[in-house]
Amino acid sequence: MNDRRFNALLGFAALVIVFIFAGFLFTLVVQSLPAVKQEGAAFLYGSEWNPVTTHFGALPFIIGTLMTSAIALVIAIPLSLSAGIVMGEYVNSSWIRSILNTLINVLASIPSVVFGLWGIEVVIPLIRKLAMLVGAPPYGAGILSASLVLAIMIIPYMSSMTREALMNVPAGLREGAFALGLTKQEVVTGIALPFAKNSIFAGILLSLGRALGETMAVTMLIGNATRIPTSLFSLGNTLASVIASQFNEAASDVHRSAMMGLALILLVITMLAGWFGRSLMSKGMGAYGK
Amino acid sequence: MKRNAVSRKLVLLALFVVGLTGVLGAQSLLGSGASFPAPAYTKMFDEYYKATGVKVNYQSIGSSGGLKNIQDRVVDFGGSDSFIKDADFSKYPAQVVHIPTVIGAVVVTYNLPGNPKLRLTGDVVADIYLGKITKWNDKAVAELNPNVKLPNLAIMPVYRSDGSGTTFNFTAYLSAVSAEWKSKVGNANSVSWPAGQGAAQNAGVAGVVKQTQGSVGYVELAYANQNSMAVAAIKNSSGMWVDPSLESISAAAAGAFPADTRILLVNTDAKEGYPISALTWIIVYREQNYGNRSREQADQLAKLLWWMIHDGQKYVTSLDYATLPAPALKAAEAIIKSITYDGQPLVK
Repeated sequence: MNDRRFNALLGFAALVIVFIFAGFLFTLVVQSLPAVKQEGAAFLYGSEWNPVTTHFGALPFIIGTLMTSAIALVIAIPLSLSAGIVMGEYVNSSWIRSILNTLINVLASIPSVVFGLWGIEVVIPLIRKLAMLVGAPPYGAGILSASLVLAIMIIPYMSSMTREALMNVPAGLREGAFALGLTKQEVVTGIALPFAKNSIFAGILLSLGRALGETMAVTMLIGNATRIPTSLFSLGNTLASVIASQFNEAASDVHRSAMMGLALILLVITMLAGWFGRSLMSKGMGAYGK
Repeated sequence: MKRNAVSRKLVLLALFVVGLTGVLGAQSLLGSGASFPAPAYTKMFDEYYKATGVKVNYQSIGSSGGLKNIQDRVVDFGGSDSFIKDADFSKYPAQVVHIPTVIGAVVVTYNLPGNPKLRLTGDVVADIYLGKITKWNDKAVAELNPNVKLPNLAIMPVYRSDGSGTTFNFTAYLSAVSAEWKSKVGNANSVSWPAGQGAAQNAGVAGVVKQTQGSVGYVELAYANQNSMAVAAIKNSSGMWVDPSLESISAAAAGAFPADTRILLVNTDAKEGYPISALTWIIVYREQNYGNRSREQADQLAKLLWWMIHDGQKYVTSLDYATLPAPALKAAEAIIKSITYDGQPLVK
């Protein structure tokens, strides 16, 4: 009796989530229909986004989103993995570990608007100097600034997932490896990391999801230009940053609908990234699977 | 002990909520819309509350939101920086009227070494934002400023990334003075910018301009004044160099004024007028008996509007908004007098 009630409750809760997601998707599809009908497939590959002539193509924003997230990952992965390995494998003193944990947690809980402000005050002037050194237009804002701050924002997630993953490696495995005469480095790279790699990968995916959808900080740093970015110093826009900038004051219905379309694209990209990652992960499950 | 404190907080909260509904009840009006006049409205409504005890709640959610709310009849009045186009009137369930309240201006600000005073024409500003003039020592800029030593520095145009009435008025001006701008870019709350960098809100644009040597941006006059930014004098359609000031902005509305007050002040033909001046309006229904509105509510609204264009005007200049000049005031008066309840005028 109790069991049945419990199951019903669980089933209901699960259904609610399914319904919320379905309703969400439905709203986005229906509301984006006017713009998609008007533009056809060009909504995906068109590079003009003009509220005056009401022509809307999402390509510059799709590229901006993928570019900033990819660069952020490239910057964040080595840093987070090393930080995670240090915390999970090399720090034995519990108080140093707790200080590091606290710092990472604090970094993870900073609101993104604060990252944006910090980016404007610190990162943009630095990137501007760099741009002048290499002869690029000295905007300061742009793809690189946004990606750098994005990277810093996702490092806490990635590094704590890495740390957790390493700490879940069974002690027996390590002890056996040490007993066989392996060095610490060999144990880390040969035993612990391969064992933990699926969880580490999951952490990277989570971070990618966050980077793709991050709005506030990116909007403040990317320069908000509707052009396809051609270099690290180019100004750009991401799907999320355009929605944040233009949704409130969208003057025409097609404009509003086109932004619903952008939200749909963002959702699909995020889902594809997750799906792609999971399939990679299950392929990777071989020798060190379970 | 602990539970006591919690329940005390709950009681306080309940009292607060009850108090709030009391305030929003009989003696209150609700409006929403344009953020550009919001500081002036806040000040006016505060003074109005002191004088009459009527509370006016204005939510600054942007012009599009204000128009949407008046369309849906969920507010007493909407605020908008752009007037409703003829084609859009059919979206409203009944006739709406525009009442101009204050006048503002968009100013061109810049960051140059030595902080020189610049003179610019609409054409040159358009060409800068089109990406055609890319250096400060370009001949077109130099010719207008023979007494200024202009540096060989890249011009970096900065624009508003968020949709805004400021952008609407700025691009309306550029469209009025440059045929190329009109055909290539056009005029709207947000446009497809051919060059430059975007930043959010007045504060964002001002921030980028302050940070970046060689940049040029456009912000509201109030914002530029309060942050003492360098501001360009603009040549108006009568060939006069005009600095943006409360007088020159007010003067822009002193020319011929249409009865329905729907007029763009940009590129004004008033001789002393600053060419990028802009009205902002309050939008209400002409016939106030709709939904469950009481005669009292309609009366309160009409009284408020009348007060805003008369007594209320003296509170706005300290906030860098210009007051309505005589022709605009007369038109506004006539419109308020045309507002009715069951066909009866509310103000005589």
